[in-house]
Amino acid sequence: MKTKSHFTKEIFWNAWVQSFVKLNPRTQIRNPVMFTVWVGSILTTVFWIASLFGVSDSNAGSGFIFWVAVWLWFTVLLSNFSEALAEGRGKAQAAELRKTRNEVKAYRLKTPDWNAVQESVGSSALRKDDVFLVEAGSFIPADGEILAGVASVDESAVTGESAPVIREAGGDRSSVNGGTRVLSDRLIVRVSSDPGQGFLDRMIALVEGTSRKKTPNEIALTILLAALTLILLIVTATLLPFSQYTVTQSGAGKAVSIASLVALFVCLAPTTIGALLSTIGIAGMNRLSGVNVLATSGRAVEAAGDVDVLLLDKTGTITLGNRMASEFIVAPSVEPTELALGGYLASWADETPEGRSILSLAKRQFQIPSPSFEGKNHKAIPFTARTRMSGLDWNGKSYRKGATASVQVWIEAQGGQFPEQVKTQAEASARKGSTPLVICENARVLGIVVLKDIVKDGIQERFAALRQMGIKTLMITGDNPLTAATIAAEAGVDDYLAEAKPEDKLALIRKYQSEGHLVAMTGDGTNDAPALAQADVAVAMNSGTQAAKEAGNMVDLDSNPTKLTEVVLVGKQMLITRGSLTTFSIANDVAKYFAILPALFLVTYPGLAALNVMHLATPESAILSAVIFNALIIPALIPLALKGVVYKAQSAIQLLRKNLVLYGLGGLLLPFVGIKLIDILLTGKVF
Amino acid sequence: MNDVLNYFVFFVLLTLAAWPLGRWVARVFEAGPEGVLKAFRPVEHGLIRLTGVKPGDEMDWKQWVGALMMLSAVKIAVVFLLLFFQDKVPFQSLINPQNFPGVPWDLALNTAVSFVTNTNWQNYGGEATMSYFSQMAVLGVQNFLSAAAGIAVMAALIRGIFRRETKALGNFWVDMVRINLYLLLPISLVYSLLLTAQGAIQNFSPYLNFTTLAGAKEVLPLGPVASQEAIKMLGTNGGGFFNANSAHPFENPTAFTNFVQAFSVFLLPASFVFAYGRIVKDKRQSWAIYGVMIALFTCFAIPAYLSELAPPAHAVAGIDWSAGNLEGKETRFGVGPSVLFNLVTTATSCGAVDAMNDSFTPIGGMMPLLLIQVGEVVFGGVGSGLYGMLAVVLLTVFVGGLMVGRTPEYLGKKIDGFDMKMIVAAVTITPFLILVGTAAATLWHWVPSDMSNPVPHGFTEIFYALSSMANNNGSAFAGLNGNTHFWNVTGAVTMFFGRFGVMVPILALAGHLAGKKVSAASLGTLPTHGVTFSVLLVFFVFLVAALNFIPGLALGPIAEALQ
Repeated sequence: MKTKSHFTKEIFWNAWVQSFVKLNPRTQIRNPVMFTVWVGSILTTVFWIASLFGVSDSNAGSGFIFWVAVWLWFTVLLSNFSEALAEGRGKAQAAELRKTRNEVKAYRLKTPDWNAVQESVGSSALRKDDVFLVEAGSFIPADGEILAGVASVDESAVTGESAPVIREAGGDRSSVNGGTRVLSDRLIVRVSSDPGQGFLDRMIALVEGTSRKKTPNEIALTILLAALTLILLIVTATLLPFSQYTVTQSGAGKAVSIASLVALFVCLAPTTIGALLSTIGIAGMNRLSGVNVLATSGRAVEAAGDVDVLLLDKTGTITLGNRMASEFIVAPSVEPTELALGGYLASWADETPEGRSILSLAKRQFQIPSPSFEGKNHKAIPFTARTRMSGLDWNGKSYRKGATASVQVWIEAQGGQFPEQVKTQAEASARKGSTPLVICENARVLGIVVLKDIVKDGIQERFAALRQMGIKTLMITGDNPLTAATIAAEAGVDDYLAEAKPEDKLALIRKYQSEGHLVAMTGDGTNDAPALAQADVAVAMNSGTQAAKEAGNMVDLDSNPTKLTEVVLVGKQMLITRGSLTTFSIANDVAKYFAILPALFLVTYPGLAALNVMHLATPESAILSAVIFNALIIPALIPLALKGVVYKAQSAIQLLRKNLVLYGLGGLLLPFVGIKLIDILLTGKVF
Repeated sequence: MNDVLNYFVFFVLLTLAAWPLGRWVARVFEAGPEGVLKAFRPVEHGLIRLTGVKPGDEMDWKQWVGALMMLSAVKIAVVFLLLFFQDKVPFQSLINPQNFPGVPWDLALNTAVSFVTNTNWQNYGGEATMSYFSQMAVLGVQNFLSAAAGIAVMAALIRGIFRRETKALGNFWVDMVRINLYLLLPISLVYSLLLTAQGAIQNFSPYLNFTTLAGAKEVLPLGPVASQEAIKMLGTNGGGFFNANSAHPFENPTAFTNFVQAFSVFLLPASFVFAYGRIVKDKRQSWAIYGVMIALFTCFAIPAYLSELAPPAHAVAGIDWSAGNLEGKETRFGVGPSVLFNLVTTATSCGAVDAMNDSFTPIGGMMPLLLIQVGEVVFGGVGSGLYGMLAVVLLTVFVGGLMVGRTPEYLGKKIDGFDMKMIVAAVTITPFLILVGTAAATLWHWVPSDMSNPVPHGFTEIFYALSSMANNNGSAFAGLNGNTHFWNVTGAVTMFFGRFGVMVPILALAGHLAGKKVSAASLGTLPTHGVTFSVLLVFFVFLVAALNFIPGLALGPIAEALQ
């Protein structure tokens, strides 16, 4: 599934329609902050209508009440709009996913056997534990576990990756997704879930937002915002008797109008964050699915932000999948080109990635031309368990490569001598965690080719960034401690676990958790499942087994283990966006007090004009400007809510300082400028 | 210049005294006494056995609430009855030489709630209403018990923060006994002696009739003042023996005692801050909170002092204003020490006064009001100051923690929805009481229409009264006759909820935090010490008060200042 990064016209249009649909009180009540604004809008509208019939409230004119009402409705609509926009994008993603859920024909089998009786049914008729057969060219009708066969499968519908993948019974690549297509061969699959319960179905529901539950942190923040709203409601409501008392006692001016109090309340209430809160949550999920990771819950995404230990498998995550030739070391009195050619020939028939890497190193370093084998007698010598060597007989000479001990036996059998120096060099490179292979031509040792784990490009910088964020990286490998240490140092991980067995992983996670850490890991095999289930954030590879996917709380459609770090970033970004907008929203109140308070009480206490630091033209324009600013800041911040605040790897304290200045101080100052500008536009008066 | 030096010396001495005392307090909470006070162990065990508690028995937060509320209810009932029947208590000639009648029901109720909640709001003049027995055995005892209850709840919260995966928050009765036996009683004893040495009185004599030089016959009230005075300041109670409170020379005889009294108000709250850091094993937390408290106090002290020092706007020509606004102040002390004293007693929930807030300049008078309205967290009441401040710390941690991209956590404890409910309940109950109370008072004109001062000053008086009661401060702006059925009952309700409406959620919070696991700190964790966090905390304390009270203040002191 490739996500659309841009919004189509349709999403925009739908969002506008939705923002009116969402005026339904049952929808509004779910967001306490905006619900109060909604009630305030109705209240001011009623006051406006009343004022038309001459039932006037204090000193507010009917035109003024009208405009306050209009802008309050706008505030509610804009909040609805931002939520609908985020949901719209999720719906579009879900629709793409759902396309793969079309009804297809399935061949149900009585027994998991190639010759069993077939029964043709619709895919929706398949139940958990049914067994079906799928042939080349047809769609897989349901999620399941392969029982027999091996096939290449086109999973582009799910992953967006066009290259077909191999799926086979047993091992770690035994699961298939419904909606993907078998390209070659055939499979017998056991259904792993009932219709509508499948992995993809759950994902669709989540991406769409229909089953979105508030995360623990979102709940806590909602409580805070609701309490703030409630107390500000009391602050503004009690202002009415305060003002009436003051007016009666002093005999000057008129008591404040209810429309202005509603306006003050809406401006003070944390509407900015209240309006954008659910948008931020939905957008966080969307961003995650944007990098092709699907989370089973918003809670998991949030937990990702808290992760402080990453368990990473060495192979595929930190290093490229296979060991690569990295260096030739010549034996005494051998020309380097001789060794390179020897290595080339000894590996010529070796189809393994290691063998290929020796060829390419020889070509790269010594420009060894591809030798011509025309007319010359050549014979490939495959690796056998007995000789523990492979190579090539060519032109009457025998080229061999193998581990030191095996080659030594072979050479001494031919009456040759194994040079001591080569032996020492081989041992030295083995100590560094590399694999030395000795190359020889007949009984003559040419030298060594060193195979090494190659650390992926840029991985060191990535780990350094994680360290700065306070996240510890841990490499898990089956290698011996020596090799592990070397690679750990090269990749810059904080620690490693060598000679790791699956149960060690589980124990390690438990150990870290008991020390109060939150652990994230990736996994694909069935034997990873217990560890995945134990980890706080567990990203299963889509190519992995069904068991692994069930145990994890996220699935990476691209099956790229390095993505864990991106998941962490998305989680953090979501929380930061929430916190920053909350700070911004509250900081805004200072300017709003300065705008509205003098406007409310000017007639009673002319001295309060000194507080009108923005020199807003009239009390009405001051209140309206504040309300308009309050409404317009919502659409202005929608892009931020959708994209998340810019986040670079930094320590908490640096991050706090930066965001405090940006959103705290910015939130303090910006409304002074904004409200003044709106006032100028409204009245045409600068001073 | 002298005043600045005085201020500086005040805080240096405070720090020097609070640091070792904090160590002692931590010891009292955690293990019991050491040194000389070990001799009281049998007394401690005897008293604890009386409550029916076995050694090692601990309570969860609901049991804490149960014990606290039961004790408080009993205390309110007992105080009410003893005041109502103060003329029926035996040995009248000894303990009630002035033959004061029983206290009327509404005043007795108000006073009972007032002293049990550590508010010590007084709708009476002590020397004209209370027998010596009522002063000493009824109200004096509450001074100890109400202070100890606040400290005990704070101890429970600290345990909740520090302990992990448990429900146990210590034992309320054990804490009450220890706090009194090892903290309040010994210090009060020494302190009373010091006050008598300086000239505070301590006797049971009938009031003295005398003829003035001008030939007028007058009565000089006497009584057991010094013993009351010590705990009045130490326990941040503030209920004066005399109506004039610490402006009375028998309560506060010299400039030295004036300094010592202000000092003794801050002593325990400051030492609790240090005890906190010791118990949670992170002293940096103490320094951050202590620094924030001093910074906040200074933020209020500077405008108050400067405002009082300058001649007031209504300065009458022909009067020497060179010493500042001396109206309503003790000329014995002058502007600086008077301002310091009143700020200290409003910052804490003490509420004792040695100068009249009503006569302060608008800005000078707004500062004590603000210190109350920030929720009594600048040092604050004994116990209540720190638990109130920790609630604001948690609020700050929540917003700050989000901004660094982690589920907010404080000392490793993650803050969830339940915690947030309790935090906002604890932080918003007093603003709620103040605003609704003030609105009700103004709406239904409960205030007599012939109030001595017109608006805006009159409004400030009402606003101040409710702020003081809801935050359990007990000082009055004056100008308001509180001894009416109406104010007595409203006041009792306000003080009750202002106290227990905070304590109950704080205990629930403590219980919930205690049950949590502790997550490990890393570079990605928001540090709750250091300058950045402290500055943020200062802002949050201001913010909570500003959002709630700026409109009210605009109609009170701000309007008055800008007139």
